[in-house]
Amino acid sequence: MSEPVIESLASESGWQRFRRDRAAVWSGWFLVSIAAVCFLSPLIAPYPYMAQDLAHSAAAPSPAHWLGTDLLGRDVLSRLLQGGMISLCVGLIATSVALAVGICYGVLAAEVGGRAEDALMRFVDIVSTLPLTLIVILCTVVFGQNMPMIFLAVGGVSWLTMARIIRNQTRELKASQFVQAAESLGQSRWGIFSRHYLPNLAGTIAVCATLTVPGVMLLEAFVSFLGLGVKAPMTSWGLMIKEGADIMEECPWLLISPSVVFALTLLSLNFLGDGLRDAFDPRSSRK
Amino acid sequence: MAYVLRRLLEMIPVLLIVVAATFFLAHAVPGGPFDKDRPLPAEVKARLEQYYGLDQPLPVQLGNYVVNLAQGDLGPSIKYPGWSVREVIGSRIGVSASLGLISLLLAVLIGVPVGVLAASRPNSWLDRVPMGFTLVGICVPSFVLGPIMALIFSLGLGWLPPCGWGSAIHYVLPACTLGLITAAPLARLTRGSLMEVRSLDYVRTARAKGVPPLRVWFVHALRNALLPVVTYLGPAAAGLVSGSFVIESLFDVPGMGRLFVTAIINRDVMLILGTTIVYAVALLFLNLAADLANAALNPKVARS
Repeated sequence: MSEPVIESLASESGWQRFRRDRAAVWSGWFLVSIAAVCFLSPLIAPYPYMAQDLAHSAAAPSPAHWLGTDLLGRDVLSRLLQGGMISLCVGLIATSVALAVGICYGVLAAEVGGRAEDALMRFVDIVSTLPLTLIVILCTVVFGQNMPMIFLAVGGVSWLTMARIIRNQTRELKASQFVQAAESLGQSRWGIFSRHYLPNLAGTIAVCATLTVPGVMLLEAFVSFLGLGVKAPMTSWGLMIKEGADIMEECPWLLISPSVVFALTLLSLNFLGDGLRDAFDPRSSRK
Repeated sequence: MAYVLRRLLEMIPVLLIVVAATFFLAHAVPGGPFDKDRPLPAEVKARLEQYYGLDQPLPVQLGNYVVNLAQGDLGPSIKYPGWSVREVIGSRIGVSASLGLISLLLAVLIGVPVGVLAASRPNSWLDRVPMGFTLVGICVPSFVLGPIMALIFSLGLGWLPPCGWGSAIHYVLPACTLGLITAAPLARLTRGSLMEVRSLDYVRTARAKGVPPLRVWFVHALRNALLPVVTYLGPAAAGLVSGSFVIESLFDVPGMGRLFVTAIINRDVMLILGTTIVYAVALLFLNLAADLANAALNPKVARS
């Protein structure tokens, strides 16, 4: 908060640029409404997501069940909302894990400098060439497919790009005059980190985070699709798509509704991320 | 040459870390390979574990495994008695490798021309329509596109078999699914990098001195524009790998991806380790190949 004037001017023009990007704004609203209905699903879902009604199993969409029912007669709309809650939770929590690790690693690498920095970044390069999906699958199985561990495992492999970007930015900041001034005035490393690095990295972090969410959600969906992620009776969009794909001949609605919602969510996240980047990170959009 | 040698040497510690990490993870998976619906008698189980060396302390097992690995021995498979992991993988790897290569080829053959076409007429329908499709391609994951393609082409139109393996026609659906998914980011990358290159001074100079437009486009601009595309092929291969898990179980393809998933379900520790190592080695080499191709295209990279 040391330079309020400059700060507000910069951010205002950023928001104005963002608001002109209609695809990004609409995506933002779409995501907000999807998240709202999913997280309110315990209150507003038409049926409990695990309530079975075997008399009306595998029913096509109708006024009673807007999106039909699955093989056990569970209401697809209610399950879609509950699955969305899980998928969005994975997106948010795993991204936070990736953010925390990525920021710490990137700033640390830039701070230590020299050979240690090279070694740290080489490590990131090497790890990013490994078959990380396999490791995530193994981790979720090891930890008994429980939710917090899925979040951790997915987040634990998604921080690499973040670390790279944060490190590059921090290196520039470290060489900048105001940081050097703060250093020569005797400010502690922690003070420089919290007062100078974090506020200046905020834009980059926000953009990175938005663009990490779709990847993370995809990874969870992959694992759940293989039957190794979220466990029944809970569900996630990945698991619903898998169940739909298994019987798509007889009940295509079981495949179509989760697929469409999932794809639209990913699309909006990409639009939103691109819009944010163009608005707040002019350097990368020029590139 | 020295560069290649250094990169190859660098792979050794990386692989050791992968082996160790996978080893402990695979052993930490709850349940063992001999757990059945009806428990085995204790002596039988102990005898089996002794036979496979599973009764020794984990670090000893890991040490033995690494020593055997150095000689190219991946150990015996537990769920396929009488087969070594090498034989099991050997019988599957051809399927996955050919599927992966065809998909990658398809992705390049579709993605790069589409990107070039879009960049040649920016903001016309030739640009907007294909780029709209690529955006969809990025957001529709393989496990959504796969079932939808099967729904249309095999169940709806009856042109292609929905699953199975054996003849060339079985390649069409899985390869197209994987190829299209990978082609989408490639096309966007090609377009973006061409748009950037074509505004550079050296391209304008070439045009100004009267080089034919097509020659400027393909010889001068495309060569530089393809650098990021080639670099992307390494990570793209990694994407194909994770895509192949899903595609192989979806279309019933007897490849490595399905082998890995069944190995986990069966708790076949040796097979889990074997498949992970093969994937890691393949990815490391593909990345090296992408870097070398980059150096061949760009003398600046080659010198550094």
